[in-house]
Amino acid sequence: MNVPDELLYTESHEWIKREGDNVRVGVTDHAQSELTDVVYVELPKMDRQANAKEAIAVVESVKAASDIYAPVKGTVVEVNKALEADPSLINREPYGQGWIFVLKLDNADDLKQLKDAEAYKKQIG
Amino acid sequence: MKNVSAPDPFLSSSTKEMKMKSRSQVGELAIALTESRLSLVTHGEDSKTPLYEEHVRLGARMVPFAGWLMPVQYASIVQEHQAVRNNVGIFDISHMGQLIVDGADAREWLNTMLTNNVGKLDVGMGQYTFLLNESGGIIDDLIVYRIDDLKFLLVVNAARTDEDFAWLEKWHQRPADYRQDADATVRLANRSADFGGVAIQGPRIAELFHALFGANTDLPSRNSIADFPFERTTVSVARTGYTGEDGVEVFFRASDAVKFWNAALDKGKAFGIKPCGLGARDTLRLEMCYPLNGSDLSPERNPIEAGLGFFVDLTKSNFIARDVLLETKEKGPREKLVPFRMKEKGPPPRPHYAVFENGQRVGEVTSGTLSPSLNWGVGMAYVSTARAKVGAQIDIEIRGQKFPATIEKKPLYKKP
Repeated sequence: MNVPDELLYTESHEWIKREGDNVRVGVTDHAQSELTDVVYVELPKMDRQANAKEAIAVVESVKAASDIYAPVKGTVVEVNKALEADPSLINREPYGQGWIFVLKLDNADDLKQLKDAEAYKKQIG
Repeated sequence: MKNVSAPDPFLSSSTKEMKMKSRSQVGELAIALTESRLSLVTHGEDSKTPLYEEHVRLGARMVPFAGWLMPVQYASIVQEHQAVRNNVGIFDISHMGQLIVDGADAREWLNTMLTNNVGKLDVGMGQYTFLLNESGGIIDDLIVYRIDDLKFLLVVNAARTDEDFAWLEKWHQRPADYRQDADATVRLANRSADFGGVAIQGPRIAELFHALFGANTDLPSRNSIADFPFERTTVSVARTGYTGEDGVEVFFRASDAVKFWNAALDKGKAFGIKPCGLGARDTLRLEMCYPLNGSDLSPERNPIEAGLGFFVDLTKSNFIARDVLLETKEKGPREKLVPFRMKEKGPPPRPHYAVFENGQRVGEVTSGTLSPSLNWGVGMAYVSTARAKVGAQIDIEIRGQKFPATIEKKPLYKKP
């Protein structure tokens, strides 16, 4: 299972990429492989403010709907509209074109709460 | 070795199957993943079919279903679904129950227990039928086969096997209303533990059947069952299924399950076979509007409300709840089970989502999914009889927002 070293992770299987004052967020390769066949993505609203661990998006596979959480406190500044036309980008490129939203960080220190690749690998065994 | 084996479900092998644990509400990704990881070790109380080890070897995600640990998918529900629509797929249906009713009076007696007319069955034929409670509610939907002059095989849903058997036994021991002759000879046996079974479904079934049983062996005709020699044993093959594709259901001794499963997968390679789980079984049957007991059917619903009156023979003089069904038929049911399709692309409908008519909540979605063949959200729900017309609109509430849907004709999916 692909777990890129340069990213941060949550227990709930989101990945986080730091981009200056922002973070880009998606679901991990492990998560997409467990979900399989993503058929619908409900994106968060632009400018929405979210607390850490608040559900702000939904990824639906054929069999289930799953919440996606804001990994840290922040404001939604970008959403991946491409997922509306092609939700399977999440399956094909979970760390690339399958990203879901970008948050403007409230406090960059919050990132210290997240897991590094090593810790996430341990979690998914 | 005739009749040795098990039965299988016609339209309804189906009958029993699936109740995926589809979360009707938004679940939590972390929990969803954890559950699927843990299911192998935490559900010690669930039974394993004789094919359990094969599923694990093939990388299936195993989930508890109807008291059994069953594969929900191997790699992808969509790919498994397409394999059945375009080539051929194989499903483990060993969890389904097999009940045997035999004896000189078996036919007469079964006709008082079941809604369809067993008297119309020649030896080797099967029919879809219902076991009802005294209010007309559905205990189970099943396929009954006449496997010999005086012997019948009932293939029933896994979750209802024990309940069905207990219900039959109760009436069998009560020489009253439904059993006029106390000396009548009827024997009941629950043989579910003795048999395993697979459904092999898809347009390439004939090719695979000949590869397994010989080029000159004929497939049984639609809805019939017959025994065939297979590697020094015998298996029963019924031309039935729950997918809308041509196919068979094969029953064998539990000890022959692994051998048959692997032979079918091996010979099936040439025809693009895939092992398929409950997930694909559910999307396939829903596209055809085949009901799932426990979701679309229940002890509170009768077959006429479910739109399945075709499988109730009201010309029979006496069967459980005949009066109730006669009345429902004459007065018309208050509600009917209808298929629907979402009007717009959007989130797929799922079981238990609220259904609205003119802003008024009228019930819940009983089955719902994204149809892999149509790439569109589809489902079934009970709506008022006045609303149950093709083209009428209902609304489905998804995460607090109403989405319009249109009532459709059965089936939702037609072969191109």
